[in-house]
Amino acid sequence: MLEGEVIRVSGPVVHAGGMRGSRMYDVVRVGDGALTGEVIRLDQEVAVIQVYEDTTGLKTGEVVENTGEPLRVELGPGLLASIFDGVQRPLPLLVKKSGDFISRGITISALDHTRRWEFEPSVQVGAVVGPGDVLGTVREFNLDHRVMVPPDLHGTVEEVAEGALTVDDAAVRLDGDRPVRMSQAWPVRKGRPYGRKLDPTIPLLTGQRIFDTLFPIAKGGTAMIPGGFGTGKTVSEQTLARWADAHVVVYIGCGERGNEMTDVLTEFPELLDPRTGRPLLERTIMIANTSNMPVAAREASIYTGITMAEYYRDQGYDVALLADSTSRWGEALREVSGRLEEMPGEEGYPAYLAARLAAFYERAGRTACLGADKRTGSITVVGAVSPPGGDFSEPITQNTLRIVGTFWALDTNLAYRRHFPSVSWIKSYSLYLESLRDWFTTSVSSDWGRMRDRTMFLLQKEAELQEIVQLVGPDALPESEKAILEITRMVREDFLQQSAYSASDAYCPIVKQFMMLKAILSFYDAAVAAMGRGIPLRQVLALPQKNEIARMKEQLDADAIGDLIGAIEAAASTLEAER
Amino acid sequence: MKPLVTREYRTVSYVSGPLIFIERPMRISYGEVVSIILPDGEERTGQVLDISREVAVVQVYEGTSRVDDRDTRVRFTGDPPRIDVSIEMLGRIFDGLGRPRDGKPPVLPEEQPDIGGMPINPYARDKPADFVQTGVSAIDGLNTLVRGQKLPIFSGAGLPANRLAAQITRQSRVLDEEGNFAVVFAAMGITWQEASFFMQEFESTGALERVIFFLNLADDPTIERIATPRCALTAAEHLAYTHDLHVLVIMTDMTNYCEALREISTAREEVPGRRGYPGYMYTDLSSLYERAGRITGRRGSITQVPILTMPDDDITHPVPDLTGYITEGQIVLSRDLFRRGIDPPIDVLPSLSRLMSLGIGPGKTREDHRNVSDQVYASYAYGRDLRRLVAIVGEEALTDLDRAYLTFAEQFENQFVSQRGENRSIEQTLGIGWDLLAGLPVDELKRIGPEMIQRYHPALREETP
Ligand SMILES: Nc1ncnc2c1ncn2[C@@H]1O[C@H](COP(=O)(O)OP(=O)(O)O)[C@@H](O)[C@H]1O
Ligand SMILES: [Mg+2]
Repeated sequence: MLEGEVIRVSGPVVHAGGMRGSRMYDVVRVGDGALTGEVIRLDQEVAVIQVYEDTTGLKTGEVVENTGEPLRVELGPGLLASIFDGVQRPLPLLVKKSGDFISRGITISALDHTRRWEFEPSVQVGAVVGPGDVLGTVREFNLDHRVMVPPDLHGTVEEVAEGALTVDDAAVRLDGDRPVRMSQAWPVRKGRPYGRKLDPTIPLLTGQRIFDTLFPIAKGGTAMIPGGFGTGKTVSEQTLARWADAHVVVYIGCGERGNEMTDVLTEFPELLDPRTGRPLLERTIMIANTSNMPVAAREASIYTGITMAEYYRDQGYDVALLADSTSRWGEALREVSGRLEEMPGEEGYPAYLAARLAAFYERAGRTACLGADKRTGSITVVGAVSPPGGDFSEPITQNTLRIVGTFWALDTNLAYRRHFPSVSWIKSYSLYLESLRDWFTTSVSSDWGRMRDRTMFLLQKEAELQEIVQLVGPDALPESEKAILEITRMVREDFLQQSAYSASDAYCPIVKQFMMLKAILSFYDAAVAAMGRGIPLRQVLALPQKNEIARMKEQLDADAIGDLIGAIEAAASTLEAER
Repeated sequence: MKPLVTREYRTVSYVSGPLIFIERPMRISYGEVVSIILPDGEERTGQVLDISREVAVVQVYEGTSRVDDRDTRVRFTGDPPRIDVSIEMLGRIFDGLGRPRDGKPPVLPEEQPDIGGMPINPYARDKPADFVQTGVSAIDGLNTLVRGQKLPIFSGAGLPANRLAAQITRQSRVLDEEGNFAVVFAAMGITWQEASFFMQEFESTGALERVIFFLNLADDPTIERIATPRCALTAAEHLAYTHDLHVLVIMTDMTNYCEALREISTAREEVPGRRGYPGYMYTDLSSLYERAGRITGRRGSITQVPILTMPDDDITHPVPDLTGYITEGQIVLSRDLFRRGIDPPIDVLPSLSRLMSLGIGPGKTREDHRNVSDQVYASYAYGRDLRRLVAIVGEEALTDLDRAYLTFAEQFENQFVSQRGENRSIEQTLGIGWDLLAGLPVDELKRIGPEMIQRYHPALREETP
């Protein structure tokens, strides 16, 4: 094994001399405490290492060992419902080994190597198998965990195992006595191969009205949620983790609060997936590198996360990867870059920031998987972005904006008004809208597109009218424009506002979303018609159905809203002008 | 825990700001403590920031004045900075590095932990849950503090943040539970007058013997401020996790702390981030703020109320900005409210307690708490918007309803937020909220369910004896 010695320590960055022969991204063990690190630069015989653990106490002259391996994660049954640190060490086991505070130099494998899984093979002796082919399944909670041939193997099956196997056992043996184990290892910085990318034509439904109806994201799509502090990034990410219609959710707490991970840990075992009725924890993998944990591991955490996501995608599942916050990842990159004394780019970020971001988001997508059965899978990536001072012109926001398909812009003013989710309907957009229209038309209503576009039009119009009101006061507007302001207020308060903490409204089915919007727009149409008959707006607004609209989200289901729409039309058409 | 051999050097080669550079160091460890002995025998303390074969960079807490490059000796201890901690620290005053400042002898240490602390394993954390009644309506009613939370006060130069912090400290209690509390007070660069204000406060309430002071005052060495909150939090952890106490840590002024951080960064010629603060300031602040919390299976807890001054009242300045990104909310003071005599001048619109929902509701405060809070908040926000409109179009252009909202906003500030020294129970706070809401038409109370309105609306509720 290659060995060198520490010649410089500067925070998380260590220089080791005598390391000729090292490769980029080799994992090394640094010093007497065997801290884990990764080679990030080679310069003559000096390897520059980012260390995933606190380097306090490290001395020059201590030994550095190169393991000769890249940073890998273990992939196999047992990842679901786990919580790892940024380099895939299970946090519960760390507590067992080192107590409530994280100490250093501990290596623990991600998977439980003693646990046995009931393997049901689906291949027979003599079968010829290649990359991605499914050999059989084990039950991982509610999910058929597909044991696959790794991307670099093929051959003829000579022996098939069955029954209780550990992740180290061979599921099958190929010709030449080559075992295919129940688990694989994969280097995190390299995307796992797939067949080909497919178009984003299916939405990832989230149960959030402003997302699904106004700015939908596709399965395999990418989205960013930028916003100043307290605007609702974390709540949004957690809401998506709860309600997105994915088979598997990878939640990465990247440089954020410890208590927010506790939230997920305590709530997800209790909350049930509305589609399967199973506890949400059972479909969730968590990664926590909180803001006080070592900065270099923060950089690694999103790669660790997306590699696990790819593994479930390869099995043919829809995975949602939620990263809170990608800014902290970028800042980790900046910190390490600064210690390397690299030429700083904008705001001190390294010049390769944009490329790294793009490469990360590129690992999202809906794909035809490797394997003979032609299954498809997807990874949808939603990254929170934390712009300093809430100013979207900064590098991480701007560079991410160029890559992602959906932009959910959080607005500080809406948050100050406690309008949640504080997603700006003016600034946000979804590039998937057109490719998803067919799906909504077929699966929700042929009217879906028209309703959505009308709503957006009215909201735009409201913004213009409000500027006028700010100048001249509301009284100066004609009745028809006052009607728009009234309707858009209903859209905002009775449709867009959706409390993540509400028992009945935190999740809103897509059909109900459509019906709610339809009710509000019918009210508008009825108002316009009545006003055309000379009935004052005030009288329309006094209709009791208006209060019913306000009750929709908490108290009515889609059918009841259907009845309400009938009632609105009937009541408005029989209105007579008061004398 | 003294190492067997201490290594002493006389190879100071370069001095820059608070940093000294020592040539040809041997087996120095990253982060270890260093004693710097000046030619006249004065001894100072420093810490290693960077080591290589050629040079070690040391930050000197007391500053580098009179350090020379010939006779100054530097002794490496081989140990990270540690502090002696003990329950006996309660009632005592220490300097910014944890040495007695009250003329009394050093404490007999029960432990000597590294002041850097170690990160709490997120899996070991327990959710903050207990409602802390501060007696301040704008906090209890709308931005509830929960035990184990970190909730800073964002102040402006000359605004009464200290008075508010003292009031919170004096009045705070967890319903149904007494005793078992302690306060750790970390002063960074504040004036003697400000520090003695706090001492008198604690003294007058008889709480002095429950407080540990760490004082780095305005005329104390600036770099020492880097260590002060770490000493304080280390002592707090000892009280919380060894002695099962609920500890409130007040750290003031975080802006001074950040300036010390900037000074070192500049001296190291690092690439500056926003406004010259180092790019790693977020991580550095996290290593303080994230030391708040509760741990599963341990009885004590650490609640933090850091205070900071927003330079130029600018909430987007890096110090409040990065703090807000880490802490679980913020209480924001407003110059406008202060000028108008509102005391405490808390602007509830930008204020937030992210953990509020954990601490309120039936069994904790009251079933209508969330609803009242949302409604009061929304109505006030609307009233404030109208104020801007009135400034343009005049009050005559408003409808009667909008005028009612204007009045609401006015009364909210004067009666709900402003309370001077008064200590209000949560029932009183919610009661005032209801009284103000009663000035609006009932159908405007959209955020409150009909049952709650029946039960609590002053004009509707059944009389309770
Ligand atoms: N959808 C929502 N429903 C209700 N409250 C919300 C919602 N989103 C955000 N909030 C409120 O805003 C606060 C801050 O949200 P958070 O997601 O923590 O902000 P960020 O991560 O952007 O700093 C939360 O504590 C909560 O009070
Ligand atoms: Mg957040």
